[in-house]
Amino acid sequence: MTPEPRRSRAGLGLLVLACVTIITLDARHGAFSSPVNPLRAAVAAVLGPVEAGATAALRPVISVPGYFGDVADLRNENADLQAANSTLQARLRAADANRHRDAELSGIAELADTSGYEVVPAQVVAIGPAQSFSRTVTIDMGTSSGVQPDLTVVNADGLVGRVVSATSMTATVLLIVDGKSTIGGRLGQSMELGFLYGDGGVGDDGVLELSLVDHTVSPLAGDTVLTWGSRNGAPYIPGVPIGEVVSVRASPAELTETATIDPYVDFSSLDVVAVVTSVKPGSTSNQANGESR
Amino acid sequence: MTTVVRIAVVTVLIVVTVTLQMSIFSHFSIRGVVPDLALLLVIAAALVRGPSYAALVGFAAGLVLDLAPPADHTAGRWALSLVLVGYLAGLVRTDNETSVPGTLFIVASAAFVGTSVFALTGLVLREPGIDVAAAFEVIPVAVGYDLLLAPLVIPVVLLLLRRLEPAKRW
Repeated sequence: MTPEPRRSRAGLGLLVLACVTIITLDARHGAFSSPVNPLRAAVAAVLGPVEAGATAALRPVISVPGYFGDVADLRNENADLQAANSTLQARLRAADANRHRDAELSGIAELADTSGYEVVPAQVVAIGPAQSFSRTVTIDMGTSSGVQPDLTVVNADGLVGRVVSATSMTATVLLIVDGKSTIGGRLGQSMELGFLYGDGGVGDDGVLELSLVDHTVSPLAGDTVLTWGSRNGAPYIPGVPIGEVVSVRASPAELTETATIDPYVDFSSLDVVAVVTSVKPGSTSNQANGESR
Repeated sequence: MTTVVRIAVVTVLIVVTVTLQMSIFSHFSIRGVVPDLALLLVIAAALVRGPSYAALVGFAAGLVLDLAPPADHTAGRWALSLVLVGYLAGLVRTDNETSVPGTLFIVASAAFVGTSVFALTGLVLREPGIDVAAAFEVIPVAVGYDLLLAPLVIPVVLLLLRRLEPAKRW
């Protein structure tokens, strides 16, 4: 019995050392020059399509949580009807999910029309778990569809996030509520500029914190916040609605007032999103005021 | 069964669990928390084959969790916590016989240790989004959800792993 624990302890030591080495290598270098990045890209190239395939194949199952009522009713039906019924139910579930997708897609198409941006619609195929303490999702469009890092991601409700990495088939999107996210924002009424920080909350939905550049102005509850935009539209294009001011907090210790922003996008039920790949020519006047919504 | 086939089967098992965790169970999340299927896989490995093997499976599964999209944290953190989980679970298992309450106890402690180690490394590395309050919000839900799924997942994986290696134990 004696040699076995010794050997297993040596193995444990080696594995822990390997983990610490990987953590150190990845943490020491920045997010862009990490030596782990090629490995990450390779795994994403394999697992991204797998995730996309699993989502597509199990779409009827995924839409089950909203249909528990149907399942309870089915139990009361007699044995003959059940077989026929379950196939019809399955079809109905798929149809419902498809109708929902249709609505989201047309919303995105409308957004693209009014704002003058060219967008690539994409499907969310994987969501980072709360145990990982980060708010990221995988979408099923990659560099082969023109999706690159630092592009804006929106849906019909407003700003979703930005692309942080992309392989040929899939891309990873950092949601605006993640603790790493910072956005330049503009208040809809006063046109004041400020910065929005994700609170990194791990619950179903997150909020953002807004602090204005001008200390003398205080945001009003109910005011909308839009993206301010940056050079060449990277990482965020201007004029995309982000959310609404729900409360304003002033602390005597700080010069600026902080407002809590409730995002328009429902991050717990993200499905179809759009990546803004380019700006159509001649649409600059449209995005300058940014108040089409 | 050759070693190559055995490694291939375990690799497929890891990929399937991680895919299910990221793509399917994310739609059934409780307050954003999904059941940690990779952790359950590592526990099953520990129950069948003991600490060394489970630590190795934990390393592989953790690394896939760290690198699979949409993971955005420092790589190696899930690997470290699952290596520890696998080793500890392998140490406390009672020889060969696995009782239901004993297994559930291992699952609960393993889920607590695994999620805590991951959160702690995040705190040490000062990763954004992690603070003690968030950790205390997530860990109980994670432990509960893992316990809920354990009776469904662990027997299946145990059966698979035993079929893979019926006689030899180390």
